[in-house]
Amino acid sequence: MKTVNQKAWFFVLPVLVLVAFNALIPMMTVVNYSVQETFGNNIFLWEGLTWFQQLLTEERFYKALGRQFMFTGLILVIEVPLGIAIALSMPRQGIWVPVCLVLMALPMLIPWNVVGAMWNIFTLPDIGLMGYFLNSVLGISYDMTQDPIAAWVTIITMDVWHWTSLVVLLAYAGLVSIPDAYYQAAKIDGASNWSVFRFIQLPKMKPVLTIAILLRFMDSFNIYTEPFVLTGGGPGNSTTLLSIDLVKRALGQFDLGPAAAMSLIYFAITLLVSWLFYTLMTKDDLN
Amino acid sequence: MAKITLSNLRHSYYPSPSEPSDYALKEIDLDWNDGGAYALLGPSGCGKSTLLNIISGLLVPSEGRILFDDKDVTALPPDQRNIAQVFQFPVIYDTMTVYDNLAFPLRNRGRDEATVKTRVTAIAEMLELTDMLDHKAAGLSPDNKQKISMGRGLVREDVNVVMFDEPLTVIDPHLKWKLRSKLKELHQRIKATMIYVTHDQTEALTFADQVVVMQDGEVVQIGTPVELFERPAHTFVGHFIGSPGMNVLPCDLRDGQAYFGEHQVALEGAVVGTPNGKTEIGVRPEFVTLATSGLPATVSKVSDIGRHTVVECDADGSKISAIVDGAGPEKGAAVFLHFQQNQTRLYVDGWIATQAEEAQS
Repeated sequence: MKTVNQKAWFFVLPVLVLVAFNALIPMMTVVNYSVQETFGNNIFLWEGLTWFQQLLTEERFYKALGRQFMFTGLILVIEVPLGIAIALSMPRQGIWVPVCLVLMALPMLIPWNVVGAMWNIFTLPDIGLMGYFLNSVLGISYDMTQDPIAAWVTIITMDVWHWTSLVVLLAYAGLVSIPDAYYQAAKIDGASNWSVFRFIQLPKMKPVLTIAILLRFMDSFNIYTEPFVLTGGGPGNSTTLLSIDLVKRALGQFDLGPAAAMSLIYFAITLLVSWLFYTLMTKDDLN
Repeated sequence: MAKITLSNLRHSYYPSPSEPSDYALKEIDLDWNDGGAYALLGPSGCGKSTLLNIISGLLVPSEGRILFDDKDVTALPPDQRNIAQVFQFPVIYDTMTVYDNLAFPLRNRGRDEATVKTRVTAIAEMLELTDMLDHKAAGLSPDNKQKISMGRGLVREDVNVVMFDEPLTVIDPHLKWKLRSKLKELHQRIKATMIYVTHDQTEALTFADQVVVMQDGEVVQIGTPVELFERPAHTFVGHFIGSPGMNVLPCDLRDGQAYFGEHQVALEGAVVGTPNGKTEIGVRPEFVTLATSGLPATVSKVSDIGRHTVVECDADGSKISAIVDGAGPEKGAAVFLHFQQNQTRLYVDGWIATQAEEAQS
């Protein structure tokens, strides 16, 4: 006879407490702000869904959202294929393996604001290595503080430089776990290199690539530090991504209510896209 | 289909081998007849997988040549040799259906879809995969996956040889037997040369017409299962095949007679040449009996193995096993051992050195 009782709840209690303090309570505070107006001094006025309505009808928000999707889309389109290509061309054994792995990991070890500062200096037209080279040696007019396109090229390049390694390392881990027999069987079956990639390597990399894309999506969708340090959202508002816009509202304009409403919508979008993507990618595995 | 000839084959994984021990394969000359069912038997690390990969073209040998029907294929890549290989772990293309998996080798070779359909349907029928043709291959059980691996090899009508590299390792015991008989049946139906690599003697002996026993990169004996059992050409074969393995006892040779300690042992026939090296007597436990006179020994262990009893004895510092019917003697009992003369042989440096007497059998 099995004893039925409620003891199991005690075992999940530590997790509940942890989640409460690091997610639920801060989140509820934001919810609290999002339905009220405050001018400081702990005075709150009930506003209901006003901030949400205001935000969702506002051009500024949709522009920032559009820029955010463009940024994330571009870096995914570049980083995922590039990461796979680099992983494919890395040696699978020998003394160069650790060398390659360390080289790949290096950009990820640099603090985010340092990355922003590095690229800022790197691209300065008068003294930066890249800025000077483009302007004075190649004669290409390039100034990311003036030209929105140059600013976009710079933040995309910076993110690719900083984060492609993550895709590389995950894809590489997927590749090295493929047993030799697969390649041998493919040889015997007369498969072309493309077929080997399409029918062996890509399917075997799929689980790690799903995680890689998910991580890159979430990270890039919430990116703040690097573009803030590099462009500050400018020139004009051309690189004002969602997070930069959010901080401008909350700390620049001190519009805590609308900022809270925006962060909730922001969070919902991130969650929804991640969930949709993950569900679609893993639905085959469940059957 | 083809006859396969290995001529003066040597292989080393080192770039510049100098000593014999640098070679994973030492001097192999071997003919595999068209349509034969062969087993390549040996302990792990004896070079059997190396040999297999050389035949399939996954490895290029350091020295020597491989001929398919007298055509030199040493330099040809695997896909041009028309061979099939089934690996230890089932290799299937996860994203494809069973049908597409089986069609893959044909489509890669540019066959038209009508031919593909005929062949795939025929092979699926043979392997009992017909109801699964539309399923994704990824979700199948290991034995069905292994059948697909086999099917991908057999689907090409011009396949020269099908090679199996310990294909039943990951299969459940009750399915092992089923798959093994399926293999045997397939061999009878399609008459392709098949080479089956294994370290399991039961698998080798049940599958093959001819068993090639390897040790340390060398072929020590080729023969039918019966030959390997009855007349091992090397003490290693005696040891490796049979359970328990052949008794190998140190002996002295005086005036053409073998002595174990002070006890003279009658051999099956005359000693060949003048033996020069380590001499040993080999006799299988099946041919050792407990008698009223003979070699005195003490029983050290008695194990019941079902239909028989294995009696392990100590005699003059050596262990000798005997297989007897019914219950054996008590542990510690003093017994006399008798070796059946026509099954008692002399081995010099491991190799057989007595002639079988024609009259005896």
